[in-house]
Amino acid sequence: MQTHEREYDVVIVGGGTAGPMAAIKAKQSDPQLRVLLIEKAAVRRSGAISMGMDGLNNAVIPGHATPEQYVREITIANDGIVNQRTLMAYATNSFETIEELDKWGVRFEKDETGDYAVKKVHHMGSYVLPMPNGHDIKKVLYRQLKRARVEITNRLVATRLLVSDSSAGRRVSGVMGFDCRSADFHVIRAKAVVLACGAAGRLGLPASGYLFGTYENPTNAGDGYSMAYHAGAELSGIECFQINPLIKDYNGPACAYVTGPFGGYTTNAQGQRFIECDYWSGQMMWEFFQELQGGKGPVFLKLDHLADETITAIEQILHTNERPSRGRFHTGRGTDYRQRMVEMHISEIGLCSGHSASGVWVDERAQTTVAGLHAAGDMACVPHNYMLGAFVYGRFAGESSAQFCANHELAATDEEVIERERQRVWAPLQREGGLPPNQVEYKLRRMVNDYLQPPKVTRKMELGLERFEAIREDLDHLSARDPHELMRALEVHAIRDCAEMAARASLFRTESRWGLYHARVDFPHRNDAEWFCHVQLQQNERGEMTCFKRAIEPYIIPIAVDERDAYQQLRTQVTAAPVAA
Amino acid sequence: MSKTPLAFTPSTVPVTIDPEKCIADKGCTVCIDVCPLDVLAVDMAKGTAYMKFDECWYCMPCERDCPTGAVRVEIPYLLR
Repeated sequence: MQTHEREYDVVIVGGGTAGPMAAIKAKQSDPQLRVLLIEKAAVRRSGAISMGMDGLNNAVIPGHATPEQYVREITIANDGIVNQRTLMAYATNSFETIEELDKWGVRFEKDETGDYAVKKVHHMGSYVLPMPNGHDIKKVLYRQLKRARVEITNRLVATRLLVSDSSAGRRVSGVMGFDCRSADFHVIRAKAVVLACGAAGRLGLPASGYLFGTYENPTNAGDGYSMAYHAGAELSGIECFQINPLIKDYNGPACAYVTGPFGGYTTNAQGQRFIECDYWSGQMMWEFFQELQGGKGPVFLKLDHLADETITAIEQILHTNERPSRGRFHTGRGTDYRQRMVEMHISEIGLCSGHSASGVWVDERAQTTVAGLHAAGDMACVPHNYMLGAFVYGRFAGESSAQFCANHELAATDEEVIERERQRVWAPLQREGGLPPNQVEYKLRRMVNDYLQPPKVTRKMELGLERFEAIREDLDHLSARDPHELMRALEVHAIRDCAEMAARASLFRTESRWGLYHARVDFPHRNDAEWFCHVQLQQNERGEMTCFKRAIEPYIIPIAVDERDAYQQLRTQVTAAPVAA
Repeated sequence: MSKTPLAFTPSTVPVTIDPEKCIADKGCTVCIDVCPLDVLAVDMAKGTAYMKFDECWYCMPCERDCPTGAVRVEIPYLLR
């Protein structure tokens, strides 16, 4: 096994959605920059959109929505806990990014006048734009990466960032990792780094028990959250979990966003609608949970009332895009949308700001609290940011990195730190007869379900922390038979970090907020007097995981009192039927 | 820690490759290159690709991108 040392201006970790955009924009900002994109899989088919995407969930398009409306909607949907400046930066650059993607060859649905065919899925405004040929999106990105002459290294698993401390504070100085085919160790020095590693999608264990049967692409194991944490960056909103309404067992999206505009909707077992709006929010998941608790489940996606040609159109989208094996799953179960409703369930937990709000704290230029370090996409805290948010913040991260390079030289790196990391990474290969990574991962993720799945109970979360501490000791006994298993072993380290973060941030916020995402049995009410603030999580000087409050910046878009609780009123209002005499 | 014994646990795999169609012996590695989880490999003795690790997200790039239609992705048995 060898060690390779390289030097770049900008290194981007993660080649899914935000990463390629960051790389392209860094290079466009300054073509002289040496830009490297590293990816643990292969950029051509990596990340959450490896098989494409069926639409934009948060398009802010003139004539359909304004940035102000969007900022208001997401502020309300996320129960007030947002940095509105980051939402506004997204919203005002949303349309320009759509036009650029359009120019690159991504096809969006348009009406007969050539205008974008925007649909309403959110509770208040209209932001959903279908992409009928969205399965090509990775190809489009790849072409642009080649055109911009971005260097790419695939199958390189980043494990830790290098940082350098001075009187001016901390700044990033590089990335370390290993090749999951050869186990070679890599040290890449850089002036600026962009983390775009996706969600922590391998946190809870799916009810199927299959480790890789997750909602998120399971390559997204929380590596980015863990690396940012160990580099000393602030994270935020970790307690605002991602919990999704999914197709039972298949664990992919039922896709009410796609089917809603065609007339599909979510129902209880009696075929009755119980929520007015299928947009994913903590409150929506709370109503879903209540329906199950009240004995009215299972919950279904109902399409069987639609015309045959409508269903054919829906199948065409859902069975070729994003998760195309879905059609095969339905065939195996004998589910034809024309005759049978699709059984749904509540997913295991994850961390993901693309859908919810957990992520690395960033400003409106994608800068973290460590100088030169940026984060974008699902792992950066810009609530409900989805795929288009990853593109927009990818762009910000690329542009800001290029700017950082213009004013900074390479920072110093510490040889002792590098040697320690190399030993940590290689240790499982040198250990005989230790613990297999798949077993440790299974147990860890089962404990996440047992102790952290909401509703959250204080005593259970405390016990969960004890278990996660015990598993920390098991990490020193992980063994790997080959470089592939080594990748799984190192992912277990990251998953464990994320489990501990999820428990600590949840314990810190002693109130309930975001519906099911942070429903605390011991503190059942929302408490704005004490908790109208962000909960930040960070490693302190003693290496301990700590939480603290960060004040919410004054809103730039005020929220009226009568709007504030719009997302609390999702349950369908039923007028009592007259009782027959 | 003392030496931990390891057991062999059989498991059905969701990705299968038609040996008649697979051209891995001609140097093709498309399915192996595109797999996000890196679970496919070439069986050197047989000259065909196979699923080496049971870690499938049933995402389908391997099947979609195979130039000869040799790859078939089923839903993993535990979810089927």
